[in-house]
Amino acid sequence: MDLSSINPVLLLASLIVASTPILLAAIGELVVERAGVLNLGVEGMMITGAICGFAIAVNTGSPAAGFAAAAVGGAGLSLLFAALTQLALANQVASGLALTLFGLGLSALLGQGYVGIKPPPTPKLDIPLLGDIPFLGPVLFSHDLMVYLALALVAAVWAMLKYTRAGLILRAVGENHDAAHALGYKVVRVRIMAIAFGGACAGLGGAYLSLVRVPQWTEGMTAGAGWIALALVVFASWKAGRVLLGAWLFGGVNVLQLNLQAAGIAIPVEYLSMSPYLITILVLVIMSADKSRAPASLGRVFHASQ
Amino acid sequence: MTLKTLLTGAALAVGLAAAPALAQDDKTRVGFIYVGPIGDGGWTYEHDQGRLAIEEHFGDAVETVYQESVPEGADAERAITQMALNGADLIFTTSFGFMDPTISVARKFPDVKFEHATGYKTAPNVSTYSARFYEGRAIQGHIAGKMTESNVVGYIASYPIPEVIRGINAAFIHARKANPDVQFKIIWAYTWFDPAKEADAANALIEQGADVILQHTDSTAPQAAAEKAGGVVTFGQASDMAEYKPFPRVSSIIDNWKPYYIARTQAVIDGTWESQQIWHGIDEGMVEIGEITDAVPAEVRDEALALKDAIAAGEYHPFTGPLKKQDGSDWLAEGETADDATLLGMNFYVEGLDGEIPQ
Repeated sequence: MDLSSINPVLLLASLIVASTPILLAAIGELVVERAGVLNLGVEGMMITGAICGFAIAVNTGSPAAGFAAAAVGGAGLSLLFAALTQLALANQVASGLALTLFGLGLSALLGQGYVGIKPPPTPKLDIPLLGDIPFLGPVLFSHDLMVYLALALVAAVWAMLKYTRAGLILRAVGENHDAAHALGYKVVRVRIMAIAFGGACAGLGGAYLSLVRVPQWTEGMTAGAGWIALALVVFASWKAGRVLLGAWLFGGVNVLQLNLQAAGIAIPVEYLSMSPYLITILVLVIMSADKSRAPASLGRVFHASQ
Repeated sequence: MTLKTLLTGAALAVGLAAAPALAQDDKTRVGFIYVGPIGDGGWTYEHDQGRLAIEEHFGDAVETVYQESVPEGADAERAITQMALNGADLIFTTSFGFMDPTISVARKFPDVKFEHATGYKTAPNVSTYSARFYEGRAIQGHIAGKMTESNVVGYIASYPIPEVIRGINAAFIHARKANPDVQFKIIWAYTWFDPAKEADAANALIEQGADVILQHTDSTAPQAAAEKAGGVVTFGQASDMAEYKPFPRVSSIIDNWKPYYIARTQAVIDGTWESQQIWHGIDEGMVEIGEITDAVPAEVRDEALALKDAIAAGEYHPFTGPLKKQDGSDWLAEGETADDATLLGMNFYVEGLDGEIPQ
């Protein structure tokens, strides 16, 4: 065993990179679920975002354009879900699962010409002064723009839900859509906007995988990240801050356990391998021992006439 | 509500249109169960190339079907059963974890022939087939030992099964022969296919000083990670992974299933199919060594090719004594070679490797 071979600076820096895709997808799904909609299609929207972002970034040479396209692609796919569940009043669980299957198939089709191509590199922000601080500089201030955007998004969602009128309306729609409707709020419109936001975030998360974390296009490359994001929202009891904590825990323990394995630590690999799931769930479940609960209207179909 | 009715109607219509295609018969139907997506660029991709070779070779006489990304475990049994129910005459299940599901489904469908890749359980209607990947690993190990400057070679392993352990041992033995100071750092990813995790594993190894990465997982993500890091050597796994030529990918092991798949389909058509256990290597062409690029010094390339020729000719066995097990006990005496039974059940590291094999 040689723990000195693990460089804590590099470890913490990779933690942040490893957690960004699920963080983005989870924060989007949090908004969707707070609006009372259960969209199980996160995996499908992520992988669609991954290929849309990858294709546009390769064709334009601009990662920024790629990320924009990923958001549009993810949101576009989520609108399909919105049309099915909000306008045609289809079952949300079935529609969400179908969206995942559809997204996986669609992305494989779109991605046929992109296997083995290298995307343009996403530049890292070189923040003067801050980036030169020993230890903290490389850990916190040496990432690409998307990392900071994801963090800003978490803060914005938290503030929006807690302090703004828009957040109050969104929560009202999610807690009791009949009451919100009686007060004159457009339940369906609010929910469609939330679904599109969730889709855009999932798309960004997918593109972060294909453009930064891996970086390449491979069919099925999300490999379950969308499901982890979904679980994270539940275990974080629908709170933005806890989603961030959960994503960092999951990403962090995952990177840590790989590093411990490489360093040859004497903990059986089976335990290391399950540790990200175990620790994340344990911490979040203990934290959610308070009175937090799911939005009351989550997954229920709304129609103004009923 | 009308839109919903309309959609249901449309779905029904599609279903009805597809149904007659299943009903007709007289063609030989060959099914494939894949563990990853056909576009993984590695393991599953090569199996699917084998499927396409069947289609090309037999034309209209044979119809192939496949299901990709089937998880190992209970769901595999459902997928294989479904394929047998849909009239498949021959089913290839192409991952180690499909072994027990294959045996269990085969019992229910005695008239359907099954071929399971890399396993060891057979039945009257179940054959196993595998390739001696360790022969290719020996060549990779030699190149890895010569190419590393940090003397740290990273190895991304998948599951602790004999095939993977054999690969680690074969690579390590030959890396040590080429470079007595070489060390292996091994990460068990517990997945065959998860690009993000494979990339993380490669990065962890690179951050800890590895400048050569060997992988036993199926995607090209470690290649991309190595390229991003710069100065790190990789090898194509299961497929050529030629997109990463000439560097970081300096050579590869290519699984060539095409001749075998065509031969077995022919056997089913002729009615001569019999249960067997096949384990082919470089000699029979099931294991191919991808181009060794110019990034490798000429003399190292010549040595690697000489090693390949010796293995193909049967003059040299990658597991030739004297070899000891990790705990220092004797395994093979001077000049002795390992028998297939030991290799097929290999569950120990050879001397010099650090760490323990997860049980």
